[in-house]
Amino acid sequence: MIDIAWIDKALTAARPQAVSALLRYFRDLDMAEEAFQEASLRALKNWPKNGPPRDPAAWLIFVGRNSGIDTIRKQSKLTELPPEDRISDLGDSETDMAERLDTQDYRDDVLRLLFICCHRELPSTQQIALALRIVSGLSVKQIARAFIVNERAMEQRITRAKGRIAGSDVSFETPGPVERAERFAAVAAMIYLVFNEGYSATGEECAARAPLCEEAIRLARLLLRLFPTEPEMMGLLALMLLQHSRMPARFDAEGQIVLLEEQDRSLWNRPMINEGLALIDKAMRHRAPGPYQVQAAIAAMHAKAAAPEDTDWSGIDQLYATLEIMQPSPVITLNRSVAISKLRGAADALAMIEPLAPQLGNYFNFHGVRGAYLMQLGRRSEAREAFDMAIARANSSAEAAHIRIHLDRLMQ
Amino acid sequence: MLYAILCYNHEEITSAWTKEEEDQCMAQLLAVQEPLKQQGKLGPVARLLPTSSATTLRKTGDEALVIDGPFAETKEQLLGFYVVDVASLDEALDLARDLAKANLSRGAYEIRPIQLLLPSALPNETT
Repeated sequence: MIDIAWIDKALTAARPQAVSALLRYFRDLDMAEEAFQEASLRALKNWPKNGPPRDPAAWLIFVGRNSGIDTIRKQSKLTELPPEDRISDLGDSETDMAERLDTQDYRDDVLRLLFICCHRELPSTQQIALALRIVSGLSVKQIARAFIVNERAMEQRITRAKGRIAGSDVSFETPGPVERAERFAAVAAMIYLVFNEGYSATGEECAARAPLCEEAIRLARLLLRLFPTEPEMMGLLALMLLQHSRMPARFDAEGQIVLLEEQDRSLWNRPMINEGLALIDKAMRHRAPGPYQVQAAIAAMHAKAAAPEDTDWSGIDQLYATLEIMQPSPVITLNRSVAISKLRGAADALAMIEPLAPQLGNYFNFHGVRGAYLMQLGRRSEAREAFDMAIARANSSAEAAHIRIHLDRLMQ
Repeated sequence: MLYAILCYNHEEITSAWTKEEEDQCMAQLLAVQEPLKQQGKLGPVARLLPTSSATTLRKTGDEALVIDGPFAETKEQLLGFYVVDVASLDEALDLARDLAKANLSRGAYEIRPIQLLLPSALPNETT
């Protein structure tokens, strides 16, 4: 007995690997997607009858490849010449189903497919939309919902993005270590963007956007399965798990944001925290620190504190200091000031961020944090002024609510 | 006789369960476990955290090699397991290294964090 929900999940799970392998065979994104679609339809017919295959991805690649070749054959009867170049890797089309998914062969396929979506010329929202459509297989409707735009607009956005990458020249050769590392960094950044699209949602958007967090976690898991020794991917997955673990505690019954200090920590997702802590532990053994690992380590400090007052603020301060060296940015200094405010008081924290005003003057969050320090110092009218400036710099009511979200991350 | 019942499934599928599916599954499993627990027949029940959190220590010669990721060699068989409570992965690896050293044969140890779902309900004399 095999139910549709199981097949559905198996298809979703196998999709990145299957589509990316089919892309290598056909060198054409649309063809790869169509072949996968066809294979999925056959799976829906075949699996309930014959039972599910042991390796759904291998099954889908095999069937998808054959159906793609079929399509090419049919088309070539109608047109004239067989488009040999489009089926460059098909010399062994008779290879039987016994061909298992070999991580070594397939991992670069998945990385390539994700990398294609992070094309430099695409704005980040298009990169995310494309990855969600092609790699994750979310429907245009689901993606449109997550971005709060209508379906037609999203359809156009994806079509435009596809058009732009169609002309891009991504190598199908196995990448060398340098190229692989570059692809890796771009893909990691894109996955974190997907996560943040979900994480920064507030109020009514939450239900529509939370799946983005889960999707980002799923993609990071997939990449880590394929590249199990990448400490920054461990760090990224740990970071997302640790942040997402707080989801059930981040909003109250009315959908209002609950700041970290006030969250009911018993609502935090323990298995997620444990996995995140295990991953960061694992990553650190490599002695190759990177920004995701450091951010994950900061999140881990919060996860380990049973109560807010148990938080190791000096540890967090040191980690932010490390992050400042790795990625000098006024925003990181702003975040670090929160640890300073806990260790040495709001006056020192305020002194630390005042010089950032020229750089962060238009950043609403800067004014939000500044307002909080002023309030702690009892400078109430200045505090209110700062909060007003924060809200004035928010572009929407949702963004105004984001002030509190960022406070959520900061006032920890 | 003590038996271990090992659970296998596609991780990508179970980790994609919705909260409702997860809760339903756990409730159904709990219903099976409960009478066993009452009868003192149920040992500890644990869930392994995802393979992404796994590390493998392989004894190839005299030295043991630490590899990221789960143990994935289907030609070898699962022969036994330990549950240890340690402060860090490093401590767990040290332990596994000692075990590997003490072991007459080669082989591998997969180190996976676990989530203890139920403590043992076995009466002491069984253990």
